[in-house]
Amino acid sequence: MSDNKTIISAEDVDYVAKLAHLQFTSQEAADCTAKLASILNYMQELQKIDVTDVPITTHVLPLQNVFREDETGSCLSREAALANAPEQWEGYFKVPRII
Amino acid sequence: MSQYITTIGLEFHAELKTKTKIFCSCPTKFSDQPNTQTCPVCLGLPGVLPVLNKHAVELAVKAGLALNCQISPLNKFDRKNYFYPDLPKGYQVTQYPLPVCQKGYITVQDAAGQDKKVRINRIHLEEDAGKLVHSGDSIADSDYSLADYNRAAVPLIEIVSEPDMSSAEEAREFGEKLRLILAYAQVSDVKMEQGSLRCDVNISLRPREQQEFGVKVEIKNLNSFKAVYRAIQYEEQRQREMLDQGATIVQETRLWDEASGTTKAMRSKENAHDYRYFPEPDLPPVILSPEWIADIAASLPELPDAKTARLQKDLGLSAYDSRQIVASPAIACLFDQTAALTKEYKTLANWLLGDISRLLNNAEQEYEHIPLAAEDLAYLLEQVKSGAVNNNSAKVVLEEMFISGQKPADIIAAHGFAQISDASFLTEAVAAVIAANPQPAADYRAGKKQALGFLVGQVMKQTKGQANPAMVRDLLAKSLE
Repeated sequence: MSDNKTIISAEDVDYVAKLAHLQFTSQEAADCTAKLASILNYMQELQKIDVTDVPITTHVLPLQNVFREDETGSCLSREAALANAPEQWEGYFKVPRII
Repeated sequence: MSQYITTIGLEFHAELKTKTKIFCSCPTKFSDQPNTQTCPVCLGLPGVLPVLNKHAVELAVKAGLALNCQISPLNKFDRKNYFYPDLPKGYQVTQYPLPVCQKGYITVQDAAGQDKKVRINRIHLEEDAGKLVHSGDSIADSDYSLADYNRAAVPLIEIVSEPDMSSAEEAREFGEKLRLILAYAQVSDVKMEQGSLRCDVNISLRPREQQEFGVKVEIKNLNSFKAVYRAIQYEEQRQREMLDQGATIVQETRLWDEASGTTKAMRSKENAHDYRYFPEPDLPPVILSPEWIADIAASLPELPDAKTARLQKDLGLSAYDSRQIVASPAIACLFDQTAALTKEYKTLANWLLGDISRLLNNAEQEYEHIPLAAEDLAYLLEQVKSGAVNNNSAKVVLEEMFISGQKPADIIAAHGFAQISDASFLTEAVAAVIAANPQPAADYRAGKKQALGFLVGQVMKQTKGQANPAMVRDLLAKSLE
């Protein structure tokens, strides 16, 4: 696919930005759309490869079964946990209403 | 028959019985002090790395095996992205395309009393969110919310059924069976009222002649299986009435309101369901070898259906008694321990389901284990069997054992409950009663056989209930011949 405009629309970018709580000026949104389109087009190239017999890659490093035992360790003090909270009340993080 | 078919699917979240959280070593035990069980990992502070709790994986596999699932040899984690203040990282670590368990089932009884397999689609491992406390009466009219992250990243399994149930009864039975299986498997505390087991309902109605499912509604905020049952009945009626009037059902989430016995539409944000899952890059895959799965399978105790069948077949209990015993893991445990020491299975079952259940209900505290030792219970059952203690006295002994924890032999001695089976002593008592009651004695001799019962009663009275009643009856009959 060569036409960058068809692979991702301005509406798609706007939608994803909203989900990610990002705000763009219309110029930034247009820039973003063009850049994302070129990345997606590049990925399209990879889509052409036949991967039928290739096992799924679940992780970039050759690691598996990295565990910790179920043993308790130390926690942060409440003061430390709340140290960066913009607002707090009686040991809770205080946050704006949700809906 | 209703002109609509009801379709129900259930989703459960069960907190796993681990000591620590899923990706860090903070404790999972309940604390009423907010934000005292957190660390940089479960608070989602920058630069931290999660490390998976091995026991959480084992418990998830155990749940899957107990629920007849296939276990996935290859496991990975994914991020489910959404913003909500109970989720410190802005995403939940869960499993999306590769759940640890798939294709299980639980058998329930349908309306005709036939066995019906309700399929389980999947079980996946994930982390719990924190707890929010709202300032107003409800979330919608709160000025602000308070967040406590003690529960954040407690390990959970989500269990998703297929939409195979068609009535409130089937859904309740499925839920109750699932809870019992998880309790026996020691996978979760399964306390619905405390939130360690949560259940959401998906329900839709369709006209009988229609093939495809109707529009489904999700019901949340169900704190008991009674609530699940009532909410389904309410929702069936609400949807039936709407469909009768030609109205359109909207796909939405509704909250059960226990006080009014109704469901109410929940306000939510648009686009809330586009989670943009992607693979969790911080956690390497988990490979479950056949040997590891076999080890976990070997650690499974006897499960409820197998236990019920064994109590009936091997120990001769009725179907009803077997089910009642198995319905309480604490009672079933004491039954099994005691049944290993005495063969008085039927009396044991009666005591457990009668007096002991009553004592447990009367006690104002909740017991993890019943405060009766199996060997004491077996001893008392043997005393009754041999005639050394009568049944009524045994019940008094039982109650005192429960309350004071004393040994049954000591209680029997303290009350003088030992049953009198001394023939020479009883012969004297019988003679005295016959002498004191000439009329009933004469009646008996004249053929009024029921007069014997009165005389037996008199001997029992004389001996403060301690005489062996069978011996008294024999001795009286012989003396009056």
